[in-house]
Amino acid sequence: MSSTPHLPPVATIAQKTVVDMLAVGKRVDDRGLNDFREMKLEIGPIERACGSALINLGKTKVMVGVKVEEGEPFPDTPDEGVLTVNAELVPLASPSFEPGPPNENAIELARVVDRGIRESKAIDVKQLCVQPKRKVFVVFVDVYVLDHDGNLIDASSIASLAALLSAKMNEYEVENGEVIYRPELRTLPIQNHPVAVTLAKIGRSLVVDPSLDEEQVMSARLTVVSDKDGRICAMQKGGAEALSVEEVKQGVAIALSRAPEIRSRIMEAVKT
Amino acid sequence: MNRQEEPVELINENGLRIDGRRLDEFRPIKMKVGVLDKADGSAYVEQGKNRILIAVYGPREAHPKHIALPHRAVLRCRYHMAPFSTPERKSPAPSRREQELSKVIREALEPAVLSEYYPRTTIDLFIEVLQSDGGTRCAGITGASLALADAGIPMRGLVAATAVGKIAGQIALDLSDAEDKQGEADMPVAIMPKSNVVTLIQMDGGLTHEEFERGFDIAVKTCHTIHEQQKAVLKERYLAIKEEVEGKSESTKGEEE
Repeated sequence: MSSTPHLPPVATIAQKTVVDMLAVGKRVDDRGLNDFREMKLEIGPIERACGSALINLGKTKVMVGVKVEEGEPFPDTPDEGVLTVNAELVPLASPSFEPGPPNENAIELARVVDRGIRESKAIDVKQLCVQPKRKVFVVFVDVYVLDHDGNLIDASSIASLAALLSAKMNEYEVENGEVIYRPELRTLPIQNHPVAVTLAKIGRSLVVDPSLDEEQVMSARLTVVSDKDGRICAMQKGGAEALSVEEVKQGVAIALSRAPEIRSRIMEAVKT
Repeated sequence: MNRQEEPVELINENGLRIDGRRLDEFRPIKMKVGVLDKADGSAYVEQGKNRILIAVYGPREAHPKHIALPHRAVLRCRYHMAPFSTPERKSPAPSRREQELSKVIREALEPAVLSEYYPRTTIDLFIEVLQSDGGTRCAGITGASLALADAGIPMRGLVAATAVGKIAGQIALDLSDAEDKQGEADMPVAIMPKSNVVTLIQMDGGLTHEEFERGFDIAVKTCHTIHEQQKAVLKERYLAIKEEVEGKSESTKGEEE
C-alpha cells in the first residue's frame, strides 16, 4: 500500500532560501534553471561485472552493474532476450533509506529506468536469443544508489546506459542448445541511447536536475526519457501536487532540448 | 494454457479499431457510487471489459499510530488486480507494477483531497481490478475520486483520467488491452478538470514531440468530458438519497395526520 510519505525535517530557512531565490530566477548552487550539475562518469570500476559505471552527478553517486546470464525467455516473447532492472536504495546513501526489500521509491526508480531502456529498444533483444522458447540471455541492470543528493532517476538512467554501452560478454557458440563460451569478448547489442531528464516544479519555476535541497521543496517532478532520434520513449510524473497543462508541455520541450548534450557526454565517456 | 494471440489489424480500411471505435473515441464508461455497504465511500467502474471496484475507508484513526501526520491526513492507496482479472492467472501478491501504480495513483489523487482538514487520520483507498482490459489505472483513478466524494471527503475537485496511445502509427484515445499490447505507445493522463491541472502523466513507447503534444491535448479534453459524466453520476446518487429521505419524511407526516 502506498502512503503519504513522512518527509525528513528540513530547516525552514533552507526551504525558504531555495524558493525565494527561484522566485527571482536563481538556484541555490548558482546553476541556470535548465543546467545539470557537474557530471563525472567512471566506466568499468567493477571488474566482476560485464559492464559497470559510477556516476557523480553533483554529490549524488550511483553505481550501476550489468551482468549477463543464461535464462529462460518469457512465453510471449520466445525469441527475445530478457531485460531486468532492479534498484537498491542502499542504506548507506541517505539517512532516510532503510534496509529491507525495495520500497515504492526504489521500485519506481527501477521501473522508470527500465521503461527508458525497454521502450527505446536500446538492447536488440532478438540478438540475445540462444534457442527460441528454451534459452536466452538475461541482462541484469542493477542500480545501486550510494549517495543520495537528488535526481536519482537521471543519475541512474545515465549510469545504466553507460554500463550497458561498455558491457562485454564472452563470445559464444551454440551446440545442441548449450552455450559454449570462447575467451574473446564482445559488446552487447545496444542500438539506441535513451536519456532521462527530470524537472522539478518549485514555486512557479521548473528546474532541471533537482538537487536534494530542491527535491525537498518541490511540489512535483516530471521525467522525460528520449532516445537518440529525439523521440519520447517514457515519461513519469511524481510528487504530491499537480502540474499545469502548460508546465507539462514546457517540461517536455526542455527535457528534449537537454538530452542530446547528456547523451554525447555519455558516448564520450564510454569511448575513452 | 498458453494462448498465442494472433496479430490483428489494429485499424481497418474504414479507419475503425478492433472494437469498431474511431481513433478519437473512448470506450463508454459506466460508473456507480455507493455500491458497497461497509465502506465509507465506494464506486464501481466498467469500461470495455474493465471491471473495477473501489472503496474508501476514512478519515479514520491511524493504525499503527506512528504513521499519522500531525498536520494532515495520510492518504493510503492500494491498486490491486484480482488473480482472475487477466487472461493468465495473476499471483495475488502485489507485483512491482501494482506497487508503482499504487504510488502514482495516490499522487494523482493527493492534490484533490483536502487532507489538512483531518490531521492524525488516514484515508484508505482500495482499488480492486476484478477484470482488466487496458487503462485500469485511469478507470481506477476516475472511480477513486468518485468513491472519495461518496465518502463525503472534502475535495478541491474530482480527478478524471484517460489514456492516449499510438496504434498502427496513429494517435488513438483510450487503448484497450489488445491495442496496448500491440500498439506503439501508451500515455495515461489524469487531470483535475476544475482547475485544469495535471495530476498524473506517464508514458511508454515511442512518440515524437508533435505526437505527444497532439495526444496530450486530446487526453486533457477527454478528461473534461469524463468529468461531466462523473458529476452526473454523483448528482444522481444524491438525488436518489434526497428522494429516499423526502419520501420517508412524507410518509411519517402522513402517519401524524
